[in-house]
Amino acid sequence: MVGIVIVSHSKKVADGLYELADQMTGGKIRIGRSGGTKDGRLGTNVDEIVEEIKKCESGDGVLILVDLGSSVMSAQMALEFLGEDYENKVKIADAPLVEGTIAASVEASIGSDILKVKAVAEAAKNLVKI
Amino acid sequence: MILTTNDVLNIISNISEVIETNRQYLTDLDAAIGDADHGINLDRGFKAVKEKMPQFLDKDIGAILKNVGMVLVSTVGGASGPLYGTFFMRMGNVVSGKNTLDENDIVAMFEAGLSGIKERGKAQAGDKTMIDAMEPALNELKSTLSEGRGLKEAIEAAANDAYNGVLMTKDIAAKKGRASYLGERSIGHQDPGATSAYLMIKTVADYVDKLQQ
Repeated sequence: MVGIVIVSHSKKVADGLYELADQMTGGKIRIGRSGGTKDGRLGTNVDEIVEEIKKCESGDGVLILVDLGSSVMSAQMALEFLGEDYENKVKIADAPLVEGTIAASVEASIGSDILKVKAVAEAAKNLVKI
Repeated sequence: MILTTNDVLNIISNISEVIETNRQYLTDLDAAIGDADHGINLDRGFKAVKEKMPQFLDKDIGAILKNVGMVLVSTVGGASGPLYGTFFMRMGNVVSGKNTLDENDIVAMFEAGLSGIKERGKAQAGDKTMIDAMEPALNELKSTLSEGRGLKEAIEAAANDAYNGVLMTKDIAAKKGRASYLGERSIGHQDPGATSAYLMIKTVADYVDKLQQ
């Protein structure tokens, strides 16, 4: 199954969103998260993103969901550090973090492939709420 | 004129001190249009670099610069981490295995580093970013060297043009980063990233200036 990695500037956002997504998918998929810097500030942490991707990769790929700014660049650097073995199997979604993560997690939990999971996450941009 | 491994280590150490001295200044600039963390983040990164420096002593210049980049990427936390991290790593790639740098090496490093930042940030000159200090500095470095005026004069001229680039960022609207959410309202404010880039170039110029005295 496709794994999901949540990247936020805030540890609390990452932990809270993990909690939501994990509950909705009943623990069927691997969900990783990285929030905040090593020393507890708001920010992103490339090393931790690399580790979370490794933990969540079971052979079917990993989709990364990011919040803003440096989380995009940090996720891209993490992919570069992981190198060829992970190329084409790990993707970054151009999606809203909360809605995209929930949609992608549910899609991954029904066994869809990485491209389908990514498309579903990105479609969350157009979600009409009211 | 040639820079040695020892010069490179001294320059990195000086940059670390300059960033520490300007921590509040950079953060204040960022408070006006960004998220008020540029000075704090960069200082955290360069302090980590300084702590790791004893491990760099037996390495060549390429390896030192790559290590500096890795430390910045791992410790800064904000957008300047991947950006300056990429800058130092790309510079290091160009001079792998070298223990001295001549004028051509320095130009090649700066070119590789700047194109790395442009790629990483998907930005260009005029977007109100660090590129607005770096690109004029690189152009001036190249043109002064091509006139045969030597490294000392070229880096000094480059630092002057970097500073003019910093001042120019006051007149333009941000197209990248948190400041871009403000659009036209970012006009009138000096870009913190361009400012930190200028401070680094100026630090190199000051060091090279003292070398020849």
